[in-house]
Amino acid sequence: MSKTASVHSLRTRFAVAEDLEAPAAVSVTVDGRVVEARKGELIIEAAERAGIFIPRFCYHPRMKSVGMCRMCLVEVSGPRGASLQPACFVEVADGQEVFTESDAARKAQEGVLEFLLLNHPLDCPVCDKGGECPLQDQAVSHGPGESRFVEEKRHWAKPIEIGPLVLLDRERCIQCARCTRFAEEVAGEPFIDFAERGDRIEVAIFPGEPFRSYFGGNTVQICPVGALTATPYRFKSRPWDLEQVETTCTTCSVGCRMVAQSSAGALVRYLGVDSEPVNQSWLCDRGRFGFEAVEAPERLNKPLVRSETRLVESTWNQALTAVADRILQTLDGSGPAAVGVIGGSRLANEDAYAWVRLVKGVIGTDNFDAQLGDGLPAELVASLPRATIEETVAAGTVIVLAGDLREELPVLHLRLRQAAANDGLRIIDCAPVATGLEQVATWLPYRPGEAAELARTLVATESGDRVVIVLGRPSLAEPPAEIAAAAAVFAAAWPSARFLSALRRANVHGAIDLGCAPGMLPGRVTLEEAGAFFGEHWGSVPGARGLDTAGMLAAAASGEIKMLVLLGADPLSDFPDRDLAVRALERVDFLVTVDTAPNPSSRLADVVLPAAGYAERGGSTTNLEGRVTRLAAKVMPPGVSRADWVIATELSDRLGAQLGFESLDGIWAEIEKLAPAHSGCTVEALAAPEAADGIVIPLKPSAVQLTRRPLRLDPIATPGIDSVSEQGAPLGAGAAMSPGVEPDVDVRADEDDFADDEFADEEGPGELEALEDEVSPEDVSVPVGNRRPGLVRFAPGDWTGSGSLPPVDESPFRLVVRRGLYNHGTLVQSAGSLAPLAGSQELRLSPQEMSQLGVAPGDEVRVSTPRGELVVAAVGDGGVPSGVALLQFNAVPAHETGASALIDCSVRVVGLDVEKVI
Amino acid sequence: MGHLSSDNRARAKAIVACYPQRRSALIPLCHLAQAQDGWLSEEAMEDIAGLVGCTPAEVRGTATFYDMLHTEPVGRHVVTVCTNIACMLAGAYEVLDHAEASLKISVGQTTEDGEFTLEEAECLAGCDNAPCVQVNHRFFGPLDADGFDALIEDLRSGRLADTVPPHGILSRVDRNVGLPARAHRLGTVAGKQSGAATGAVPE
Ligand code: SF4
Ligand code: SF4
Ligand code: FES
Ligand code: FES
Repeated sequence: MSKTASVHSLRTRFAVAEDLEAPAAVSVTVDGRVVEARKGELIIEAAERAGIFIPRFCYHPRMKSVGMCRMCLVEVSGPRGASLQPACFVEVADGQEVFTESDAARKAQEGVLEFLLLNHPLDCPVCDKGGECPLQDQAVSHGPGESRFVEEKRHWAKPIEIGPLVLLDRERCIQCARCTRFAEEVAGEPFIDFAERGDRIEVAIFPGEPFRSYFGGNTVQICPVGALTATPYRFKSRPWDLEQVETTCTTCSVGCRMVAQSSAGALVRYLGVDSEPVNQSWLCDRGRFGFEAVEAPERLNKPLVRSETRLVESTWNQALTAVADRILQTLDGSGPAAVGVIGGSRLANEDAYAWVRLVKGVIGTDNFDAQLGDGLPAELVASLPRATIEETVAAGTVIVLAGDLREELPVLHLRLRQAAANDGLRIIDCAPVATGLEQVATWLPYRPGEAAELARTLVATESGDRVVIVLGRPSLAEPPAEIAAAAAVFAAAWPSARFLSALRRANVHGAIDLGCAPGMLPGRVTLEEAGAFFGEHWGSVPGARGLDTAGMLAAAASGEIKMLVLLGADPLSDFPDRDLAVRALERVDFLVTVDTAPNPSSRLADVVLPAAGYAERGGSTTNLEGRVTRLAAKVMPPGVSRADWVIATELSDRLGAQLGFESLDGIWAEIEKLAPAHSGCTVEALAAPEAADGIVIPLKPSAVQLTRRPLRLDPIATPGIDSVSEQGAPLGAGAAMSPGVEPDVDVRADEDDFADDEFADEEGPGELEALEDEVSPEDVSVPVGNRRPGLVRFAPGDWTGSGSLPPVDESPFRLVVRRGLYNHGTLVQSAGSLAPLAGSQELRLSPQEMSQLGVAPGDEVRVSTPRGELVVAAVGDGGVPSGVALLQFNAVPAHETGASALIDCSVRVVGLDVEKVI
Repeated sequence: MGHLSSDNRARAKAIVACYPQRRSALIPLCHLAQAQDGWLSEEAMEDIAGLVGCTPAEVRGTATFYDMLHTEPVGRHVVTVCTNIACMLAGAYEVLDHAEASLKISVGQTTEDGEFTLEEAECLAGCDNAPCVQVNHRFFGPLDADGFDALIEDLRSGRLADTVPPHGILSRVDRNVGLPARAHRLGTVAGKQSGAATGAVPE
C-alpha cells in the first residue's frame, strides 16, 4: 500500500478486537463447557467470558482479589478430588474442571448467603440500593430463600457520616472490603479500615479524621449493598424510575466515561463506566456530584439584555439582533480586530467549530482564545508529540511538570498513582511545591520561574528513554512561556519523548484542535499554513494572527478591542490576573456572555445568552489525549436556553452569512471533511458501539484498534448501570447524536488484512510509538478543492521563554498559585453538596520560615506583590520549600480579594512580601 | 498519658528499625504504647501511624482486632476469665458470675476505683488449671468463687505486686523483636518482672 491513503480507506482503518488478550494458553472445563483462558486468569474471569456468571461480592475486576466473602465458592477438581474454592482467588489451570452449579457448590453458595444475611437488617424498602442491589439479586438467584436465624440481629446507629459526602450504615455492611481496598489500593488514602472483628466488625474512620477523599464517591458506587450512600443521591429516586445515557464527564479534561441518570426529568446521579483506556470505572467526586450544578436553580434560562443599568429578560430575537448589530457596527467602525472572543473550552467540539467558523470565517477576527490564562500556547499543545494515558502509565519514566494533578485532573492522578504504587512506574514530579503525588513520586522542587533551568538539568542527567512528560501549568503565577520553554528543552534533547497535556479545562483540547486559539484553524493547523485552504471553504479567514486572553484583555483595557464575547468564560473570577480582567471588562464598550449560569463577569454584560448545559445537549468532546468521545443528552435545557452551536448559527444568519448547520452530525461531518487532524474520524465511527471509549485523533495510518467492551458490564462492579438497563432504560436510550447508526468499521478478522500496510503497528501494547507513526497530512488526499494543509509541526526553537529572571529576588518569597479541586468557582459553588467543601484561603510557607517570621499557624499575615496585597491566615507546610509561598486560586468568593489580585501575568517571577499583622 | 514519651519514641524507632518493612512494627509499637499508659490512646495511635507510615485508621483497625490491645482506658488490673470449654466445664461461668457480683461491674466494665477491669475470654491456653483467670497477662487457677475473692484481695492489698505488674506491661516485646534488651534475661511470662520492659531504654 502506498503512503497515500484515501479518505475511504481511512474509514475502513478501524479494527475491532474481539479480545485483545494473548492467545489462549490454558483450557479449562466450566460446567461441562471447554473454556480457553489466559494463564494466570482467575476462574471467575474465565467463566464470565464464557458467559457463566459466578455469584460474588468482594471481587472487583479493578482491584486485587481477597477472597473475603466466599460467595463465589465453586467446586474445582484437584489432585485429591473436587473441593470448594473461591473462584475469585483461584487461577485457572490446564485441564481443571469447575462446577459452578453442582450440589456442593449450590449448597455452599446458599450457606454463604444465609450467613451474610444473618445480621443484615433487610430494610430494603428504605434503602437506596433496593432494586439495584447485588445482595438482593443474589439472595434471589443463589440464596436459600429462607433463614434459620431467629436471634436478634446486631444494631448500630445509622447512618453515620464517614466523609463529607458519604454515609455509612454498618448494619447493612457485609464486610466485603471493597471500600477499604479502594481507599488503600486505588486512591492511596486508607482513611477507612475495618475495626474490631467477628460480629462486632465495622468499617470505621479514626475518630476526628474523616474519609476526606476526592474519590469517596467510588466507594458508594462499588459497595455491593446499601451500606455506603452518597448524600447527593440519598432518597432521590428508585432505580426503576431512572433513565440513563452513557456520556463523558466534562468537568475536567480527563474525560471519564460515565452514565448520567435522571429521574422525572432531572439529573440525579452519575456513575463511572469502566473505560479501559481512560477512567477504568472511577470518577472523582467533583465530576460525580457535579450534576447538581446542571440542576442548580440559578441557571440562566432566558436571554438578558441591558437596559439602562439593569439586565432585563428578553427574547432570542432581540438579544441576537442586538449582538449582531453591534458586531456589524464594530466591524464598520474599527474592523474585525476590535472584536474578541474569550472561552470555548466549556463547549462541545461541534459548538467550538461553529463558533470558530463564525468568529474567524464570518466576523473575520482571529482574537479567539479558549484557555483563559491558565493554558499553554496552542501551537505548542497542538504540535507536541502526544502520548495517551495508557502509554503514559506504561512509560519508562514519567516527568510531571504540571499543577497538582490530584486537584486538577483527579482521575489522571489516580491512574498515575496506581501505576507508581502497584506497578513501579517511575515518576519525577517537577513542582515548586509538593503535590498529591508526593508519596509515589520523586519530587524535584524548582524555584518558580525556573522550569526551563530544571529541564536542562534533567536532560543532562536522565537518559530520555521511553519518557513521557505530563505538561501543564505548575503555577498560575508563572507565565506559560516558561513551561513552553521547558517543554522545548525536553523535546529538543529527547526526540523520542512524548507529551501528555495536563491542561485542565473541560474541552480545552477540543477547542484548541478546532481553532479556538489565536493563529489556529480547525484540525491542528495554523492560520498561516491553512488560511488559504479554509479561506476557500469558508469564504474568508482572518488576515492576521490575533491575541490570546491576556492580549485581548490588555487590548480591551486600552480601548483597542471594543467588543468582547465571553463564551462560557468568567475572566473576573477565572483569569489569573484579576486587575487586568477588571480593567478590560470595565472599559470594553460591549460585552456579551454566552453561558449556562450567571457569574461575576456576566453581571457586567450588555447581552447574556443562555446556553444549554451538560447532559442537555449532545455532541462530542476531546480529552487531554486527543480522544474524541460522544456526549449524550438526557434532560431538557432550562427555559429557552440553546446549544452553543445553535447560537453561533443564528448569529451568523443575522450577520448575513449562512453557516448552514442543521445538526450536530452535520457539523461533525464538516469537521471530518475539512479539519486535517480529524480526518477519517467519521460520525459513523464515533457512533459505533465499539468506539464507546472514543477515538484518538489524528488517526494513525495503521489500523486504529478499537476495543469492544464486554457485552455486559459486570453488574457487581458497576451496580446501578446494568440494573437500570434491565429495568427498562437501556444505556444509550435518549442519546442525542444519531444512535444506532451501523458502524462503518471492519471487525478485524485477520491480521493479514493490514500486513502490507507499511505503517502497520508492530509494537506491542504499551510500547511508545515513534512520532513518525502519526498520520502526516500529505498522506491524505481529499476529494475537495485543494490539498489539506499540514498539521502544525513542533519547532523547539519557537519556545524560548519570556522575560529574564530577576538577578536577585527583591522580595523574600516567590509566589506559587495553584488550583484546588473544590474552590469558589461557579461550578463547585452551584453544586450544593460540593460548595461547602471549598476551603478557606491560606498562605502556605515552610515551617522554618513561619517561625523566622514569628508567625504561628493560623496567624494573619499581610502579603503583597507589586500588583496588590491581601491579608490571609498563614499555615506551615513541609511541602513548601523555603523562599516560596503557596496560595490557592479561587479560594475566596469572587467579591473578596484572592490570589488573582497578586498576579501580574507578564512577569516571570512574582515576588511576594509577607509581614505579620499585629 | 497520650502521646508516646520521648523515651518511648526512641525505643519505638529502634523497634521500627528491626524490620525490613516499617509497617511490621505496628503491633510491637501498640504493645509499647500500652506499656506506657495501660491502654492505647488516640494520641498514641496517631504517633504509631506516623512511625510506621500508615493512617491512624489502620492502626486502630489493627489494634481493635486484638483483644489484648485496649483502645479504652482500663483499670490497674485487667482480670480475664476464660469461659471456653475446659474452663466452662470446670465451673468458669460460676466464677464469672461471682466476679460480676463481687466487683459490681459487668464484663467489659471497670470498677469505680479504677482497680479492676473484667473481661471474658476464649481459651487462654491455661486449660490445665481450669477454670483459669488471667490478670495483666499473668495466669491464676484453678479458681472457684472463694479463690477468686482471695486473688482480688491479694491484688488489692499489693501482695502480688511483684508478680503482677501494672496493666499493659507484657515483658515480651523487647525480647521478641531482637532489641539489645535480649541481654537482660527476662523472666517467664508468669514469673518475675524484669526491668527491661518497664520503660528504661536498655543500654
Ligand atoms: S461498606 Fe460496603 S463496600 Fe464497604 S465493606 Fe461494607 S459492604 Fe463492603
Ligand atoms: S477526573 Fe475529570 S473527567 Fe474524570 S470524573 Fe473527575 S472531573 Fe470528570
Ligand atoms: S470470595 Fe470470591 S467474590 Fe468474595
Ligand atoms: S479453656 Fe480456659 S484456658 Fe483453655
